[in-house]
Amino acid sequence: MADKSPEQVAIEKRFPAAVYDWYEQHGMRALVVEGEHFVEIARLLKEELGYNVLVDLTAVDYQPRKPRFEVVCHLMNLKTKARIRLKVHPDDDHPVVPSLTPLWPIANWYEREVWDLFGIRFHGHPDLKRIMLYEEFEGHPLRKDYPKTKRQPLIGPEN
Amino acid sequence: MSHQGNGRDDQIAAALQGKVLTTRLDKVLGWARKYSLFQYPFVTACCGMEFMSTAASHYDLDRFGAAFPRFSPRQADVLWVVGTISHKLAPLLRNVYEQMAEPKYVVSFGACASCGGPYDNYATVQGIDTIIPVDVYIAGCPPRPEAVLDGLLKLQEKIQRSKQEWK
Repeated sequence: MADKSPEQVAIEKRFPAAVYDWYEQHGMRALVVEGEHFVEIARLLKEELGYNVLVDLTAVDYQPRKPRFEVVCHLMNLKTKARIRLKVHPDDDHPVVPSLTPLWPIANWYEREVWDLFGIRFHGHPDLKRIMLYEEFEGHPLRKDYPKTKRQPLIGPEN
Repeated sequence: MSHQGNGRDDQIAAALQGKVLTTRLDKVLGWARKYSLFQYPFVTACCGMEFMSTAASHYDLDRFGAAFPRFSPRQADVLWVVGTISHKLAPLLRNVYEQMAEPKYVVSFGACASCGGPYDNYATVQGIDTIIPVDVYIAGCPPRPEAVLDGLLKLQEKIQRSKQEWK
């Protein structure tokens, strides 16, 4: 096995059982962590390892894979320009992930977007409501089980 | 209207020669309306760039009497729907249309406004003619300024041809 990065050493030391997987993907290191320690690991990466920018927070629906959902955060260290990808797998039926808004205020809108389009809840989010679609919209359109042709217009015909 | 031996009509005709044009009220109203179009640009997407370049000095929409953008629908004659309309925006677009005073015209600018363009999904209205009436469709993704000018001329022809309501 190749040498462990300082990030991997630091995280494994603090949370020995919380990291499911470490791998290199598209030229970027990625780690999959347990939901319970998600925020603490993000805090460690931000406050001690210098990954101070939340570049992106989004989600993927891998249905029919189990676990189905994956919430993906891209972090960046502004000093060293290093990047890292932090992932967490929420539950299939009632997906909930702890919110990152206490660490990065920008996570507020990202998480609302993920809730809007994927229906993944963020525990501890101050105002989790739809950000793009209208309140009348039912379901979450980027889920793989949302029918491709289903339309929910506010006015006008279905198609 | 000339009657035989009625010299008076001939006299009047001779006196007015070259000084008066006769026309129909419909025609003169159409002429006035087609050359004084106040526009309401409802711009939502990349088509807006082409609209701007058409309206600016190089292509100069002003040459055709359509210069003045009014940012209140109550003062506008033409609603330019420029770009993708989402279902979330659709009630607002209809609201803007309903606030315009008669006579009013709608131009659907580009593929998205005309038919949804490349976006056939949960978010996009499949053509604004599903929610408001449209007078002229301009094809293109986005349309070139020449196409926009052509669309404007088509609209002017249509205004000139149509029966003018006035009260």
